[in-house]
Amino acid sequence: MNKRMVLRTLGVVLRILSLLLVLPIITAICYGEKRELFSFACVAAGSFFAGSLLLIFIKTKNTVIYAKEGFAITAFTWIIMAAVGALPFVISGVIPSYVDAFFETVSGFTTTGSSILESLKLDDLYQTSKSMLLWRSFTHWVGGMGVLVFVMAIIPNFTDRSIHIMRAEMPGPVIGKLLPKAKSTSRILYVIYIALTLLQMVLLCAGNMPLFDSIVLSFGTAGTGGFAVTSSGIGGYSPYCQWVIAVFMFVFGVNFNLYFLVLIRRVRTAVKSSELWCYIAIAAVSTTIITANIMTKIPEMKTFSEAVRHAFFQVGTIMSTTGYATADFDAWPNLSKAVLFLLMFCGGCAGSTAGGLKVSRVIMLFKAVAKEIRQMIFPRSVSKVRFEGKPVDDSIIRSVSSYFVIYMICLLGAFLLIAFEPFDFETNVSAVVTCFNNVGPGFSAVGPMANFASYTDFSKIVLSFAMLLGRLEIFPLIVIFSPHSWIKKNNK
Amino acid sequence: MKIIVVGCGKIGSAIIESLVAEGHDITAVDINQSVINDTNNIYDVMGVCGNAVDYDILNEAAAETAELLISVTNSDEVNMLVCYIAKKMGAKYTVARVRNPEYNDKRLGKVKQYLDLSLTINPELLAAQEIFNMIKLPAAFKIETFSHRSFEMVELVLKDGSELVGTSLMALRKKYKANFLISIVKRGEEVYIPDGNFELQIGDRICIIANYTEIQKLLKMLALAKKQAKTVMILGASKTSYYLAKMLLRSGNNVKIIEKDIENCEKFAELLPGAVIINGDGTEQEVLLEEGINDVDVFTALTGIDEENILVSCFANSKDISRVITKVNRGELVSMAENLGLESVISPKHAVSNVITSYARALRNSLGSNVETLYKLMDGKAEALEFKVQPDFKYKNIPLKDMKLKKDVLIAGIIRKRMAFIPSGDDEIIAGDKVVVIAKATEQKMDDLSDIMR
Repeated sequence: MNKRMVLRTLGVVLRILSLLLVLPIITAICYGEKRELFSFACVAAGSFFAGSLLLIFIKTKNTVIYAKEGFAITAFTWIIMAAVGALPFVISGVIPSYVDAFFETVSGFTTTGSSILESLKLDDLYQTSKSMLLWRSFTHWVGGMGVLVFVMAIIPNFTDRSIHIMRAEMPGPVIGKLLPKAKSTSRILYVIYIALTLLQMVLLCAGNMPLFDSIVLSFGTAGTGGFAVTSSGIGGYSPYCQWVIAVFMFVFGVNFNLYFLVLIRRVRTAVKSSELWCYIAIAAVSTTIITANIMTKIPEMKTFSEAVRHAFFQVGTIMSTTGYATADFDAWPNLSKAVLFLLMFCGGCAGSTAGGLKVSRVIMLFKAVAKEIRQMIFPRSVSKVRFEGKPVDDSIIRSVSSYFVIYMICLLGAFLLIAFEPFDFETNVSAVVTCFNNVGPGFSAVGPMANFASYTDFSKIVLSFAMLLGRLEIFPLIVIFSPHSWIKKNNK
Repeated sequence: MKIIVVGCGKIGSAIIESLVAEGHDITAVDINQSVINDTNNIYDVMGVCGNAVDYDILNEAAAETAELLISVTNSDEVNMLVCYIAKKMGAKYTVARVRNPEYNDKRLGKVKQYLDLSLTINPELLAAQEIFNMIKLPAAFKIETFSHRSFEMVELVLKDGSELVGTSLMALRKKYKANFLISIVKRGEEVYIPDGNFELQIGDRICIIANYTEIQKLLKMLALAKKQAKTVMILGASKTSYYLAKMLLRSGNNVKIIEKDIENCEKFAELLPGAVIINGDGTEQEVLLEEGINDVDVFTALTGIDEENILVSCFANSKDISRVITKVNRGELVSMAENLGLESVISPKHAVSNVITSYARALRNSLGSNVETLYKLMDGKAEALEFKVQPDFKYKNIPLKDMKLKKDVLIAGIIRKRMAFIPSGDDEIIAGDKVVVIAKATEQKMDDLSDIMR
């Protein structure tokens, strides 16, 4: 393990973190929030100093990194970002308990959106401490595309083998580079990301949403995070704004490579993507089922347009793993809840900011299963799993299946760890599933109108790691906890 | 510059490595998924898996927008076809590896013209040429030539008792009254571009630049010149062996080729009537002794297996042979072979990456082909470049002593109307000259002569 290179990267990351803190600092100055300004400035200065220390004292000529260093860099980066990013909440006293603040920040960076803030507290913060709310949602935006992708986009000659880091940080079974250089690929990804976020802000402002709300909600949508700004969630805004947010949640759940293909005028290739069509089909079918279900079962859903809006919004929010809510879907009939629960597992497309298993993995799993069944019936048949018009290599199918197994093991393990909590079965299951898939709200006691405050500190830490496991797709965290990664020479 | 490299074998990855270092945008195409994965892991490139003759694959690699496509797959025919299709799709320049001796004669020019190839490369031929140069100038480890051999650059290692050791370069020049220049010195891991006060030490690896007659004169004075080699023994009937044997036979050497495969022997016997072809396993010491390894001037191991070449060369080194030359394809084995005491190690991919790098630099330059030749020296730590001076060159007709050059840059030679000389401070560069520049390799790549100015 090239530890020096890992530490140097962490130095860079700490410096970048202090740079990111400039945005809430500006907000705090704008709204004249002295306490918040002080805490942000402290943390920014501290992390810049710590990062510089690492860069000054740790020098290395060997900048070569391999897969395990890529995993380790990614895992440590995310843990450190959350640990340091939580400090402003504690220092300013907004969230006095560090564990709570850590949970909130992990939930932010991993774009989960599960919160420990009670609704009264949230409404209070909206009045008095806007910069904190902005920072909370800004972590969504940063975590959505990835910190290290950002580092690679702006630091020249970071390392020759940045593909290992990209692979570890970007979700999805296979990483397709858009351009030959990792640097230009990450730049173009951020350009698309920023452009879409700005577009959403403009559209929301056009719908008479306050500027602050539109910025914060756009950050949350872009990262598919889901921290709300007020206790009423998105339900308090006009139907136009709800539609805008719903559509953009859906848009950010699409593979960004497709937007790049559109940019370079290869629309035909983009439209041919079977993952995209599958994503649209799942969303359409779910919306139809839920619309029909809630129109017949819930008396408040009077008009068709209202039912469609609520159904589509909830499908979009769960499938893209955002976690905003316009309605308390916990009170919806069981069929709708079941559909939403399944969508939590499915998630968005690979290469998007969404979490979950990813549509492409789901497709491949189903096709692999179909192949196995065919093999049972015709034992001598030879067939290949095809995806996006090409045969898929067996090694990819194997890695997808093993990912699914390890995903279920981690999920069940986390469920077992929090099982001692005095909540009902539905609460615990949905809490683990929603955290692991980076969705945000669950059902029952952790439903869209409730929060995670009542869990014990131990469970909050377990759930925080569940979120990290989900966002980084498990393997990076496993690598740093595996003793094999740290084996070194005896006499050194 | 957007470049597509088709085929990521040994040569392909060597090309990718040097082009990535130059900062180009590379798309690598190979038919084997695991090769693409490896390439992707090591170099910052985009990988496309598939057969490049397939239009869809070239389309996926965006050949229509590529500035340069280099095809170096195993098969000459595939390379030519890929280049042809890519050219029709809109790739600006195409380079194909054509290494089959049957294609590499006078008719290659015609084929190049019909297929619209910008360049063909033949690593085996380049390696053979390098070995031939070494055999012809026995004292030097390596010889690079500029502008049709009007300038030569030889690489030497100073041994104990060498007359060059211990005097400053200025004094040396006075002492020998020869028109030569010691342009680069490698001491340990450091590379220096020496000035007049620099003193040489034992163990330094130096580059001497001069024209052919001066080099011969100098080597004679240094008592380094040895008798021209007469008898050459070649191990292995590879393509490199064929090209080398042909060159050696033309210049009147005795050539003996040892090959274990009888079919190859018969083919060589057909193609090279002047050579002695031996059918036997060259890795057996008995065979080598019987065929008179003790009586040859030069032994060169050119089989396709690196390890075999290295081991047999070690054996040959223990005999009284003035020169042992080893061909090693894999880069990581080169330094290993040098550690084993083999002084002359040739690696075809090294020569190829020199050619491709200089070609890519010339293309990047908007003024047209300005870099004529480029050599990477001393493990790539220094470069020798030959520029053609365009009429609109800004600093022409200024005495060299008044030009403000960058640090670690040296104007080592000027070639004017077939006359090659080493310039003094009063000389000027005029339009139409060819200028040889020596520089330490830096982040900023030189692709124009004005890049040497501060």
